[in-house]
Order: sequence, then C-alpha cells, then structure tokens
Amino acid sequence: MKTVNALIIAAVLSLTAAAAAAEDIPVKIGVLNDRSGVYADLAGEGSVIAAKMAVEDFGAAAKGIKVEIVSADHQNKPDIASNIARQWIDQDGVDVIADVPTSSAALAVSEVVREKNRIFLVSGAAASDLTGAKCSPNTVHWTYDTWALAHGTGKAMVEQGGKKWFFITADYAFGQALERDTAAVVKASGGEVVGSVKHPFPGQDFSSFLLQAQSSGAQVIGLANAGGDTINSIKQAAEFGITQGGQKLAGLLIFITDVHALGLETAQGLVLTESFYWDKDDGTRAFAKRFGELNGGKMPSMVHAGVYASVLHYLKAVEALKSKDPKAVMAKMKEMPSEDPLFGKGQIRADGRHVHDMYLVEVKKPEESKGAWDYYKILTTIPADQAFRPLGQGGCPLVK
Amino acid sequence: MLSISTNALFGQLLLGLINGAFYAVLSLGLAVIFGLLNIINFAHGALYMMGAFVAWMLLNYLGLGYWSALIIAPLLVGLVGIVIERTMIARLYRLDHLYGLLLTFGLALIIEGLFRHRFGVSGLPYVIPKELSGGYNIGFMYLPLYRAWVIVASLVVCLATWYVIDHTKLGSYLRAATENPELVGAFGINVPRLITLTYGFGVGLAAFAGVLAAPIYSVNPVMGANLIIVVFAVVVIGGMGSILGSIVTGFGLGLVEGLTKVFYPEAASTVIFVIMAVVLLIRPLGLFGKAA
Repeated sequence: MKTVNALIIAAVLSLTAAAAAAEDIPVKIGVLNDRSGVYADLAGEGSVIAAKMAVEDFGAAAKGIKVEIVSADHQNKPDIASNIARQWIDQDGVDVIADVPTSSAALAVSEVVREKNRIFLVSGAAASDLTGAKCSPNTVHWTYDTWALAHGTGKAMVEQGGKKWFFITADYAFGQALERDTAAVVKASGGEVVGSVKHPFPGQDFSSFLLQAQSSGAQVIGLANAGGDTINSIKQAAEFGITQGGQKLAGLLIFITDVHALGLETAQGLVLTESFYWDKDDGTRAFAKRFGELNGGKMPSMVHAGVYASVLHYLKAVEALKSKDPKAVMAKMKEMPSEDPLFGKGQIRADGRHVHDMYLVEVKKPEESKGAWDYYKILTTIPADQAFRPLGQGGCPLVK
Repeated sequence: MLSISTNALFGQLLLGLINGAFYAVLSLGLAVIFGLLNIINFAHGALYMMGAFVAWMLLNYLGLGYWSALIIAPLLVGLVGIVIERTMIARLYRLDHLYGLLLTFGLALIIEGLFRHRFGVSGLPYVIPKELSGGYNIGFMYLPLYRAWVIVASLVVCLATWYVIDHTKLGSYLRAATENPELVGAFGINVPRLITLTYGFGVGLAAFAGVLAAPIYSVNPVMGANLIIVVFAVVVIGGMGSILGSIVTGFGLGLVEGLTKVFYPEAASTVIFVIMAVVLLIRPLGLFGKAA
C-alpha cells in the first residue's frame, strides 16, 4: 500500500510539475552595454541590477514567466555589439536585448534585432535616428534622445539670452546627431551658430577647442560630447576662466555620474536635461535606496532607470498576452500606456519612441547640497507632449 | 579657420607646449628606463594613473593636499615600482625585450582593472590648489596659473634629470652600468641596486606627471591608457633611450598637436603617428637616437 501511495503521489507531483512547466513562459533578456569603458558607470552592471529589480518587482515567477538575464560588454564598438546580438539570438535564445549605450552600437543592434524579429529596448543610446529615419518595428527607445536633450537644454539657454552658440562636438554618430539637433533648436528659437569644432573621441585636452570657443564671441558653448570628454571639457573650461568671462556652458548630455565625477565645486550652475532624478519623489527614492544597496552606494542614472522601466513594461505585455511572440508583444506594448514609479505615466508611439516627462535641472552649489548625491534642483518639468520630437517630423517610415 | 589671428596662434602654441610638458615628463621616464634597463615599460601609463589616484587618496583619506602629494605620491608609487622591479622585472634582464614588454603590459591591465573595480570609470574630482587657481591675461590669451606651473615644474624636473644623468658622477655610474654591468660591478658598485633605484625613479616621474595632471584632467583608471600610446610614439620619434631626445620631442610634438587642433582638429589624435611613421622611414633610430 505504501508503495502504491508513493507512486500516486509521485505521479501527481510530476503531472503538476509538467503542467506548470508547460504554462511557464521562458523569457531571456540580454543586457548589452559598456561594462569596462567610459560608459560603464552610467550603464554597465547597474543596468543588469536594474533589469533584475524589474523582474523581482513584477513578480515574474509567480505570474508564470520564467526570466533569465544575461549580460555582455560591447566595448562601445558597433561590430562587437552586433556580433554579440547575433550570437545571443541565434545560439542562446535571447528574446530581448536591453540598454546598449553608444549610438553607433545601438543602431547596429537595431538592424540585427529587426532582421531576426526580436525586441530591442534601448535605454543608454542617444541618437534620435533610432526612432527617426532608422526606426524599426522591433525597437523601443525609452529613456531620452538627442532631440529631447537639444530641446530641453538648448531652448532653455536661448530663452535665457544665449543667442550665439559655438559647438565642441565628439567626432562620431552621437556627437554629430546632438550638434545637428541642438543647432536646429537654436536657429528655430532665434539664435545663431557662430562656429563648431569636432574633436577626436575620446579626447584628453580640450583647452585648444575651448580657446577657439572663447575667441569666437559665442555666448554659449555647447558640449556635444559625453562621459569623460564632457568631464574634461567642463573641468578645463573652469580653469581657463570661460564661465567667469561670461560665456555659458551647455552640457548637452550629462549624467548624474558625470556630476559626481566633476564634484559640485566645478559642476555647479550647469543646466542640463534629465529624464529621471533619484531624489524626485518617494517612488524614485525608494527605488534608488534599494538600487544603491546593490550597487556599492552609487545612485541610479537615468539609463539604469530606463532599463528598469522598459523591462517592467515588456513583462506586463507578456503577461497580458500569455505569449512572447515579438510582433504581438510590440503591439501590446504600444497599445498599453506605461506606468511605473520612475517615469510615471507614459506611452510608446508608433515610431518606437517612449514619451514621458523630462526635467530641466540645475546642478546645486556645494553649500546647497545636503549630502552625497544631492546634486540637482529641478527647474522645470517639460511635459511629455513637448519633450520629444513630434511624431510626424522624424521621417520614420512606420508613421503613416 | 585659416584666417586665424596671430594672437590666437600664440595661444594655441602655448597650449601645445603645456601638453608637451606632460609628454616630456612621461617619455623621459620611459627613456630613462629603456636607456638604462632595456625594458619597454608598458606599465608607465598605469603608474601615471596611480600617481593621480594616490594624490586623490592622500587628500580624501589623510587630508594631505596637493603640495604634499607632489612629493609623497611619486615616492609611494616609486616604491611600488621598486617592488615590481625586484620581484618580477629583475628576472627578465637576460631575455628578449619582448618579455619585458609583455610583463609590463599585463601589469598595466591588472593595475587598471583593480582601480576600475574599486573606483569605477567616471573618475574622481580633484580641485586645483588655492595658490595656483586663477590666472592672468597675458595679452594674447588667458593663462591659468596652474598651466604655467605645469610648464615650469616639468621643465625643471626634465632638465634636472638630464643634468644628473649626463653631467654627474652618479649619472656616469649609471651609464657605465648599462654599457658593462660586470666591469662596473668589479669597481665595487652595487649594480642591481643602481638599476632598481633607476626603475623606481622612472616610475616616480610617471607618478609626478600623474599628480600634475590630477587637477586638470579627469582622474580615472583609463587616463594612462589613453596617453601611453602617444608617449611611446614620442619616445620612438625622439630615439629610444635618448634622454634629451625624449624631452625635446615631447615639447615639440605637443606644439605640432596643438597646431593640428586649430587647423584640422579631426586629425589631432593621429598626427603624432603620422610623424612617427615618417621619422621611422627617414631615420629609423629616431631624431636623437644613436646606433647601439
């Protein structure tokens, strides 16, 4: 009798296990970014942590979605990025690729993901082309883009009287896109561009370019670069008395990790555009506190926040459909409005652009800061419908 | 751009000279090490970075400011160099150059990896010391006091090093020890110790440049990796192992690079390598190199 009982129990157990396995949807998310170079702090391991937190907060396991997260270092090189993407999809069964800073790498990955029909959730990359001329039915661009940065910071500076601009631009896809988008805003708002210089990426000494900017008679020096290049530019601008001389610096892409590296002494007074600030409200603070505990005390950047929110939204779509079919999931993600504690309410448009509020912030003076990572004053909130490029203007073939 | 004024041109030349000062101090250290030890020290960039980080740590952990760091950081990093030389490099003197290069390259990757793991890549802030902040309008440009200090400090260190090696008794021992270690040893001079101290000194020079760089460049783990390749080109152009050659070429190439940044900025990172290729074609031993 005992053996019969045991057999029955075993049979029942294996049946339920099999049933559970049949219902579980296995999802594999690949976080692809810079893990060792200039963007490793603003993306890197932090993005993996953010993706894991999204899976945990969503309670994926309890909802029948079995999520596995893998990660790799693309070294900011488009060829390495597209090779990893190809291998992940072809051999490792990856369904979603997330993050991918460095615009040139993201554009390459977007092509691969489109060809293989998977889903690409961009957070780290900036080029507005991802939802413009080079948009893809498989790509969602979540956190920010060059258009939003240009309009946020560029417009605010022109309105404050900075009509004449000089650009210091990183000589690759991202820098050129950022200069192009900002120059357009400056001209549209009644300003003019008096000169620009393209520097090799990455650079070390920017004093020569800053001196050219200084003698150009510009009122605003637009820094169309990122990471270490921006840090060095701002450090050296302070040294050469550029800001004391009345010229203003516009950091067109500055992350909170850059402000941390600069120190408030040097960075104070910079005006910049962000889509996320950890100390904005209770929701963001709660997220930041947990994130910080997992990330050596460092607060999340907007790129980390974007990875969290986009993965969360993806999982919601999979749950609603009980399927991970890329076409259906993309349609569902665009149909459902998004809501999360970090970006609030938002929506993914036909071109793949996720729209949400953006914030124009100013870096605090050292005496205004109450502690570590207390860096920003929020000047204005740019509402979602004005923060991003109007749907019809990007030249995306998906928009009819 | 071609209609640039004389004033602006002077300004750019001066900036080039300042960057050249960094090249000179770094390539000088490399030249000393190569000239006297025959080691191609690829860890030089990592040790330069370590110099900047030690300055940061002295300030943030011990409250010691820039001036103390300028002395202490080269000593500490030089000490690290001495340990590296004694425990590892000393085993390679009888082998081909390539082994020393591979070892120091590996060391550089390890050191950079450790700092990256501990401090991240964005870098750390280091403020210009109060005494050297601000600057003067010198007619054709605004010259930050700190940059002027960089030129003066580098020139003094470079010339002093050159003088010691070329014109003093200690220098003559060193040069003799390189030519014929057995013979010099027979005169009662401790050759291995001399070589160890030389390596420590070369490394100390790198750390000195690192401290000079901390207030104006981003203090981050890859700051040396970006610079080391250029500095190697400087050493090759100057002539491997030539002390005076590395100093003159360092300042000279800073000037050339500065001019490129004005007339064709996109090429600023490649111009030095173009010059290197041309020099190698015409004078394979470098501008100041002598046949061994």
